[in-house]
Amino acid sequence: MIRAEQIPVMNRLYRMQWEESQQSHVLLYPEGMVQLNGSAGEIMALVDGTRSGADIIAALEQKFPEAGDLGADIIEFLGVAHEHNWITFD
Amino acid sequence: MSTTGSPLTSPVIQPSADNPHAAGRPFWLLAELTYKCPLQCSYCSNPLDLSGSGTELTTDQWLSVFEQGRKMGAAQLGFSGGEPLLRRDLEVLIREARQMGYYTNLITSGLGMDDRRVSDFRDAGLDHIQVSFQASTEELNNQLAGSQKAFAQKLAMAREVKAQGYPMVLNFVIHRDNIEQIDKIIELSIELQADFVELAIAQYYGWAFINRAHLLPTKAQLIKAEAITNQYRDQLDGRGPKLIFVTPDYYEERPKGCMNGWGNIFLTIAPDGTALPCHSARELPIQFPNVKDEALADIWYRSTGFNHFRGYEWMKEPCRSCDEKEKDFGGCRCQAFKLTGDAANADPVCSKSAHHGKIVAARTEAEQLAAGVAPSSPLLARNKRNQQAAVDIIARG
Ligand code: SF4
Ligand code: SF4
Repeated sequence: MIRAEQIPVMNRLYRMQWEESQQSHVLLYPEGMVQLNGSAGEIMALVDGTRSGADIIAALEQKFPEAGDLGADIIEFLGVAHEHNWITFD
Repeated sequence: MSTTGSPLTSPVIQPSADNPHAAGRPFWLLAELTYKCPLQCSYCSNPLDLSGSGTELTTDQWLSVFEQGRKMGAAQLGFSGGEPLLRRDLEVLIREARQMGYYTNLITSGLGMDDRRVSDFRDAGLDHIQVSFQASTEELNNQLAGSQKAFAQKLAMAREVKAQGYPMVLNFVIHRDNIEQIDKIIELSIELQADFVELAIAQYYGWAFINRAHLLPTKAQLIKAEAITNQYRDQLDGRGPKLIFVTPDYYEERPKGCMNGWGNIFLTIAPDGTALPCHSARELPIQFPNVKDEALADIWYRSTGFNHFRGYEWMKEPCRSCDEKEKDFGGCRCQAFKLTGDAANADPVCSKSAHHGKIVAARTEAEQLAAGVAPSSPLLARNKRNQQAAVDIIARG
């Protein structure tokens, strides 16, 4: 289980960027690409190797006040991203 | 926040005046910078004509192609060849492409590289380097590559690539003479700390086609190699390199959905600027457009060459009425042409094809040669001296 105080770091194999032609964030890696949906893109865009899970939650709750409590969803997503090897934890 | 990400899927696109065949985006742009290469692999898929058919594109012409491709939605850019390191402007091409937002891949034999270039490319923003090896031992590698210094150079460069922090893919083309070493090949890849390892059974285009009898492994070899690969996968259990075993379609009863559909995702530009739906399409009797003469969007969406095999109307029987056609698009057009003489036929890998016997005959030949029967044609290294002999073999059929 991922804990909120852990700091996610992007795996060197992946590079994230906004793709204009797809109107979404994508993860690019050797010869491939994963298209992220809106919320996944918002979270991954905040993974910079210094913010903790809790920092990301706070930032997104502030950005989307009408969305309510996002903690559980974000932690769950970070777990999935970790399983896919997109991120590691310090 | 429920779902996460989806792997690349083609969205449903409607036909329009600008895009009459509802083609997907050219997501993958492969820039074959040159056909020149210091090595002489007999499994090379480059055309038999080593000089190519015209002069190579200039730096500015390449940059214009990259820019147009990026606007059309290309995200992956591969620099390949021949040996792309032979282009002196490679660093400039990498830097500009990366600034346009491409994920940049360098596909190289490692010959012509040194620590300095690896680091200059890093500064230019190169994302990934793929190094190809011929085998896991110096002797066999150098014999297959036709170069005495190739293996030592490749080892040094693979180590340098990792030391400088790049993601690294190692590529081994697997064939009858190195398939028995697959365990050693995997061990070498682990030692070199590869992130991915492509164990690609040779495909039979270009030089590989005339050398097919020497390259095609036997079924027994193949089964064993795949089993060994699976053992290593279990053993590695997610640690170490990811092993990608690419099976040859010659032992299948259904063809592969080649290139995810003709002119659907892949766009190759040959050294002289000829635009192709895949890198072997040059062998088809079709006039393909050139980026020197036409805009890339016209080529991709509206040229006759690219629309030739889009959709299903071009198909003949048995594909036309087959309920699997949306899965494999009738297989590979180049293979259909090479083996049946008509690119609109079903890929003869398919057991429904009237020409499937050609594939079965190739399998039998592989068995016989492995058992010591003399081959009917010599093994030809890819070099100038062998070029005429290779062309003659094709002419003889
Ligand atoms: S397959 Fe061998 S000969 Fe052909 S381009 Fe690659 S390294 Fe050169
Ligand atoms: S008949 Fe054609 S479409 Fe059907 S499975 Fe064979 S190759 Fe594919």
